[in-house]
Amino acid sequence: MTANSPSASPSTHAQHLAHHFESPAQQFDAAVQGMWLFLATEILLFAGLFCLYAVFRANNPEIFQHAHHYLSKPLGALNTVVLLCSSFTVAAAVRCAQLGRSRQSATLLGLTLACGLAFLGVKYVEYHHKWKEGLLWGRHFRLTEGEAATLPSAAGPATLPAAAPDATSASLGPPAAGDSAPSVASSDEPSATFRPMVLAPPGLRSPDEPAGVTTPQQQVRNIQTFFAVYFLMTGLHALHVLVGLGLIAWITWRTVAGAFSPLYFTPVAMAALYWHLVDLIWIYLFPLLYLIH
Amino acid sequence: MSASDPDFVRHHGSLGHIVPLRVLALTLAGLLLLTVVTVGVTMVPWLDLGPAGNLWIALLIATIKAALVALYFMHLRYEKPIISIILIVTLCFVILFIGLSMMDSRAYQPSIRAYRAVDPTRYAPDVYNR
Repeated sequence: MTANSPSASPSTHAQHLAHHFESPAQQFDAAVQGMWLFLATEILLFAGLFCLYAVFRANNPEIFQHAHHYLSKPLGALNTVVLLCSSFTVAAAVRCAQLGRSRQSATLLGLTLACGLAFLGVKYVEYHHKWKEGLLWGRHFRLTEGEAATLPSAAGPATLPAAAPDATSASLGPPAAGDSAPSVASSDEPSATFRPMVLAPPGLRSPDEPAGVTTPQQQVRNIQTFFAVYFLMTGLHALHVLVGLGLIAWITWRTVAGAFSPLYFTPVAMAALYWHLVDLIWIYLFPLLYLIH
Repeated sequence: MSASDPDFVRHHGSLGHIVPLRVLALTLAGLLLLTVVTVGVTMVPWLDLGPAGNLWIALLIATIKAALVALYFMHLRYEKPIISIILIVTLCFVILFIGLSMMDSRAYQPSIRAYRAVDPTRYAPDVYNR
């Protein structure tokens, strides 16, 4: 690697400067702009999932009010702190790279890696717990009785026994099509009053739930849809954490190898931007999933 | 002169803005403080503004945090305006996207409920039961 040898420094300009750029500054600006364009597409990718969340939550607020009790607020907060700290260390690493302090930069990148791994470790604990308890998506959702009993809202004021229609009562008095049933179609009332869905469609129903029968833990129906949203959003985010960790591991290695200088540290800056985006997404995921109240 | 020499940076200018460590540390402090605030408001009963109010508070705090990360950690404050324009236009499209989807789904909810109320079993095709 000739780029790594100090003797090559007089030609450092030429080494990293592509011929179609006038100066390292212009080249760096172009890289920054390109990276932000890529981050914009990433934001739009996640916007699809945030849209899914918004539509689901707006139409079924009771599911979200109920199901977030299954998530651990302390673990979510811990992960937020861990990710914020990693964002700080990677920003400081870019600063050191800009100043040519490679050893400090490598140390800070190592800390970032450690924080990222800690995040994934906590995520593993959370996922493992949900896997064990059957708090999964769609037909894989199987809620144990004991788990349901520990929930504050399982038998609290959230339940609306009289308003929870079952198949028989619904088929007794069929309203005319287009004429919404008054007992269920009150979408404009405050969402504090729970409005259970009429009946889970078979595909979304947990397998041990007989059609039209309300068991105590299922008075809020279809909470497995919350876990579909939860796993989709945190899963895609965790995938980005993995990619970010790979990038940071790579630039840590390159930094240790002496590949970067104040005139060329573009990969460090770009990987840092990517890592910050991962942080940005989590900043929204944490309150939206864990802090519903 | 070596390119890794700090003198080189001083004489030739740096690539990108070098954010002072103090600014980075203050940003982190602000982010951690806002994290405590956003968790804290869920635990104080008299700060409960109802589901909608709480959601807006949470989103407001998250947006302040995101702005801190973007402005200082991501150097947005020191970049050319075009970078901010890219981000703001993107966010406008996100708002448009989510807003229109919510308006649309809200508009047809009564029809769905009426349809299911007539006969819940006809809602889903048998394909789900295989």
